[in-house]
Amino acid sequence: MTLPRIAAEPGSSRGLDTPAVQKRSSRFLRRPRPGQTVSFVGLLALAALWIYPFIWLISASLKSSSEIFGSGLNLLPEDPVWANYSRAWTEVGFDRYFLNSVLITGGTVLLIVIRSALAGYVLGRFDFIGKKPLIAVFLITFFLPEGYTIIPITQLTDQLGLLNTHLGVILGLGGGGQIAATLLYAGYFRQLPKELEECARLDGAGHFRIFFQVMLPLAWPITATVTILTFLFAWNTYLLPLVFTLSDPDLRTLAVGMTVFVGEYDTDWSGMAAAAVISLVPVIAVFVVLQRKFVDSIAGAVKQ
Amino acid sequence: MATTQQPSRTTPPGPRPRRRGRLRRIRKDWWIYLFLLPTLLGYGAYTVYPLVASWWYAFLDWPSFAASGTFIGVENFERLLEDDLFWNAFWNSIVFLAVAVPLRVGLALALALALNRKRTPFKGFFRTLFFLPVVTTGAIIGIVFTLLLDAGGPVSLAMVKSGLLDSPANFVADADTSLYAGIAVWVWKWLGITMIYWLAALQTIPQEVHEAAMIDGAGGWREFRHVTLPMLVPFLVIITLIDTVAALNVFDLMQTLTGGGPSFSSEVIEIFIFRTAFQATVPELGYASAAAVLFGLLTMVIAVVQALGIRWARQQTGGAR
Repeated sequence: MTLPRIAAEPGSSRGLDTPAVQKRSSRFLRRPRPGQTVSFVGLLALAALWIYPFIWLISASLKSSSEIFGSGLNLLPEDPVWANYSRAWTEVGFDRYFLNSVLITGGTVLLIVIRSALAGYVLGRFDFIGKKPLIAVFLITFFLPEGYTIIPITQLTDQLGLLNTHLGVILGLGGGGQIAATLLYAGYFRQLPKELEECARLDGAGHFRIFFQVMLPLAWPITATVTILTFLFAWNTYLLPLVFTLSDPDLRTLAVGMTVFVGEYDTDWSGMAAAAVISLVPVIAVFVVLQRKFVDSIAGAVKQ
Repeated sequence: MATTQQPSRTTPPGPRPRRRGRLRRIRKDWWIYLFLLPTLLGYGAYTVYPLVASWWYAFLDWPSFAASGTFIGVENFERLLEDDLFWNAFWNSIVFLAVAVPLRVGLALALALALNRKRTPFKGFFRTLFFLPVVTTGAIIGIVFTLLLDAGGPVSLAMVKSGLLDSPANFVADADTSLYAGIAVWVWKWLGITMIYWLAALQTIPQEVHEAAMIDGAGGWREFRHVTLPMLVPFLVIITLIDTVAALNVFDLMQTLTGGGPSFSSEVIEIFIFRTAFQATVPELGYASAAAVLFGLLTMVIAVVQALGIRWARQQTGGAR
């Protein structure tokens, strides 16, 4: 099995000067082994399985409700029903839900970026009394499940009088937890050279100016990563907004609104599909535009 | 106290001056604590306080947020241990873990290996595609799959047409399959992120290792088994830990896909807590807190066991990651 591959290496080097060109040409000259063809076909089959639900969803959002379950496996709608979208948007109230999702996600991202950057800066670059116990608390609570904290958080928010407000949801989502963001900032700030601060201090800058004018702009790759990860988390979160808006329908986010939709209009499948598309489009659009950064963010966060 | 005063000139003698030194240091570093203030307040109120408060609530008979609870000792825990529905939820969570995590970790590794090969075409396209469900909203995916998995939906239809099923079936509404339907959808949704973890891990293996293995005549499976796999063990432990904790946080998907039903067959612990605290006609916040505390302990135990595993794996590889 392996012998022909080794023999092929020197064979491909005839007349070609740079190694890059060598590799490229040998890729096309060499015949794929049967094992590779099998695994490629397997990949294709899996890929079909992964994309199908999305295609089906878009197709269903343009069909009439009777057509969704009546037309078998046919994906093309007979006559696109765009009214499904306007029905979900205005009648069911997804315009309102959308706005709520945007506000809550934006607020949560802002809160987490600011507090994580501030904390990460001092944790990464300075020694101070209480640092070790603080880090210990962070690590102990790293894996605390959301289902564990929801009851006390609801009660706390209730006592603060924030239960039916956007601020209450934002604080609940971004106030605690999210230690990964802090640790990412700390790791980045740690490896910046010491001279940065010394120079700035010679110029007469105080701690706050150093941080906001020198350090925070330098840390933009981390800010981008944290923004992306927090955006995903806040846009997709369900339990906390669900509990916080049980008594106030006006505050529902897209995810919560969607489940209410199912309860109230349980046979409007095409409206449901249209609403699901509306809810998923922003997050998928952001992903497609920034996909390199997305994947690097997650891979980077794990390597830490 | 007097013994601490040592006749040494280089070190500051006695505890009093040192304490004054600490105070002075804290005062000098005041701005550091100001930088930490948002985190200290937020983390204190929304993470540490809930962690501690849950324990207190677990000992209360507490019918609603408006009322105050009465202390009833360990009664909630006694009731929980005899509550069949709690144990049902507990075991459902364990089954979910035990089936879904190996599936997700293993399948993602296979995918990553295929996509890490130099000669696989369209790698970027495949990577994007498998990652796509990761960015989507779990609660909405749950609802979309109730339609996809409906007896009249495309999955059942395709299986009947291809002869895999005799008659149309709704896997979500069947007590025998609802939990496994949830597992399948969960693996579908999250496989991409585990694949990215694995790709990052595979990139730490230098190309020379692969070439050395080829020279030794170890290709394909043998290279994977004896060269690649041992180098991946530390990552395996970390990735399994991340995915295990993720498998305990499946409320959004399960609540919208099956709602824990039919007849509690797919009710995981989080749904049990939510149902007891927020959906019951008479909410039992203390009782739900007791369940949450046990749930937190379970997570903790699993995390600690795996953290020990990580340490062991690091030692095996001589401290290298």
